[in-house]
Amino acid sequence: MSHRPLCGSLRFGLLATLLRGFYSVKALEFVSGKHNARWAFWLLLAALLLLPFFTDALLGRGWVRIVDFAMLYIMLALGLNIVVGFAGLLDLGYIAFFAVGAYCYALAGSPHLALAFPMAFPDGVHLSFWMILPLAALLAGGFGVLLGAPTLRLRGDYLAIVTLGFGEIIRIFLNNLNAPVNLTNGPQGISRIDPVSVADVRLSVTQEIFGISLPSVHLYFYLFLAFTALVIFASQRLERSRIGRAWMAIREDEIAASAMGINTRNLKLLAFAMGAMFGGASGALFAGFQGFVSPESFSLMESIMVLCMVVLGGMGNIAGVILGGVLLAVLPEVLRHGVVPLQQALFGKTIVDPESLRMLLFGGALIVMMLYRPAGLLPSRVRRRELDTDEIVETV
Amino acid sequence: MEIFLQQIINGLVQGSVYALVALGYTMVYGILGLINFAHGEVVMIGAMLAISSLTALLGIGVPPLLALPLSAGFAMLGCMALGYGIERIAYRPLRHAPRLAPLITAIGVSIVLQNLAMMVWGREYHSFPQLIANSPHSIGGAIINDIQIIIFILALAIMAGLMLLVHRTRLGRAMRAVAENQHAAQLMGVDINRVISVTFMLGSALAAVAGMMVSANYGLAHYYMGFLLGLKAFTAAVLGGIGNLRGAMLGGLLLGLIESLGAGYIGDLSGGVFGSNYQDVFAFFVLIAVLVFRPSGLLGERIAERA
Repeated sequence: MSHRPLCGSLRFGLLATLLRGFYSVKALEFVSGKHNARWAFWLLLAALLLLPFFTDALLGRGWVRIVDFAMLYIMLALGLNIVVGFAGLLDLGYIAFFAVGAYCYALAGSPHLALAFPMAFPDGVHLSFWMILPLAALLAGGFGVLLGAPTLRLRGDYLAIVTLGFGEIIRIFLNNLNAPVNLTNGPQGISRIDPVSVADVRLSVTQEIFGISLPSVHLYFYLFLAFTALVIFASQRLERSRIGRAWMAIREDEIAASAMGINTRNLKLLAFAMGAMFGGASGALFAGFQGFVSPESFSLMESIMVLCMVVLGGMGNIAGVILGGVLLAVLPEVLRHGVVPLQQALFGKTIVDPESLRMLLFGGALIVMMLYRPAGLLPSRVRRRELDTDEIVETV
Repeated sequence: MEIFLQQIINGLVQGSVYALVALGYTMVYGILGLINFAHGEVVMIGAMLAISSLTALLGIGVPPLLALPLSAGFAMLGCMALGYGIERIAYRPLRHAPRLAPLITAIGVSIVLQNLAMMVWGREYHSFPQLIANSPHSIGGAIINDIQIIIFILALAIMAGLMLLVHRTRLGRAMRAVAENQHAAQLMGVDINRVISVTFMLGSALAAVAGMMVSANYGLAHYYMGFLLGLKAFTAAVLGGIGNLRGAMLGGLLLGLIESLGAGYIGDLSGGVFGSNYQDVFAFFVLIAVLVFRPSGLLGERIAERA
């Protein structure tokens, strides 16, 4: 958790929301009285707080890093869920907003700008984490508005293809903006990015707290956990707000929604910009955590992966999206450690490399899910009703 | 002036390829109201099939002038089967589902195709066998190859053929009827499923030819080539007015011109700030500009503002 004192009720609200996300799993609901719910909540919190230690002890330090990345992906997926899940707008270039956030952090928190503007910034720019984070979110949100404004008054398909193009364009710019002014350092990317420090605690080095030594990956885990909780909290509040209900109305029937007096264009734009902001903020966290950004982290495949998380888990359902995020973030590692040795044992060589197998599985999952379980593994109730093809055919 | 003429020639040749691919998008859109995201990958598969079969045929001593049409036919058949399969598996079951569903399966199909192609053909570039002696002609100082002339003329011929098919035959009338109103067409005895399948197959055959042309023009093919090509061809279709066949042709040629002139002059215009490595960006800005100022495209009639 962050070291800033938060007001008690807000903190409880955040944690309770975090719990509620996991908690809609049926089994928990089944056994829960009020008393049990509180127990389950503290238990879950304890489990999450101890997670990096267990992972470290059982699987090794490298896996704690993987868990950290999984948290980042969950944040991203939750952000995309606002766009795709709540408002029903297909965004195929979501990773571009992540890239905007990451490069924003990289430029505003590294010596890199000294190369481009030695007069203005002799040591580069080194803003604090709490300055850059909102900046990154706002910048990404601004890009979202720029992109959404022309396309959102048209049919949803256009948004899909324009975002697809935008994702690619951002990458082209990142790759080429090293001349004439070296802004992005081209394909080499920007390195030596300042690590995140929260209230003067540097997260890049091992810290001693109450005699427990917390390595950097553990510290980042707690930071990401806090931010994930915040995103879950925001998502849930949004979902149940007037805005969220309007989004869902638009998703289900745009004409009916606008007949009810909903300003569909502005609300769609809001959903798009908000999703972009979450993407930008996660991007900033990513840059701080990684210490290095380069264009190849932001390929189309990453967008597809995040989309896959949302679709697989269950569009519009926060618990489902978290499940999807966890599954898909861990899958590549499982493939890497499982498929290669298996093939070696069976055929004596690697026939299918894990990377393309992963993408094949993602593509296949998108098709199969849409055909057989369109509402995802953990469907949201409303969404299932809506996506059930047979039912719609009957009513037509 | 030579540069200008040269860019015009390059633009027209490239544009005629865009037009062929754009026709595939626009036909499917006209009939189903669906953007077939996987179309770009069909182009790529077509190019790969053509190159593989061409290399194999030349390897066993078939004369080049016979091998070329044979491999073109092979690629077209392969792509037609692929187009039929895509429609059957990924789109037909979802014809009455909400719009988001077929869009997501389309993305899935395109990812699967791309990775399958990578497994079959690898990550490396495949070169198109040099069949036609590269004899450059000079027109007012600009240079045009035989291959480019063939591509341009063939593309125009194919487009003319398609227009005849759509406007003069029974099948074409059925296609236009389904595009106009599916239910009414069905009541008039049109087999909708068959018409839709045929449309997909036609579009895929055009894609195969286009893929072959691109790889012959550049001499190369790659498993990732379908993505950008598809995106640009879609832009061409939107520029001309999606759903409109003439629009797709016009849009394709125009986009080719915009792109090559843009890439040729951006360096001078921006004082050397931007170079021709931004060539791929033009299509995108054209797309945005069209969507802002004239969403129905140059020749399009209407775009329903339905979600």
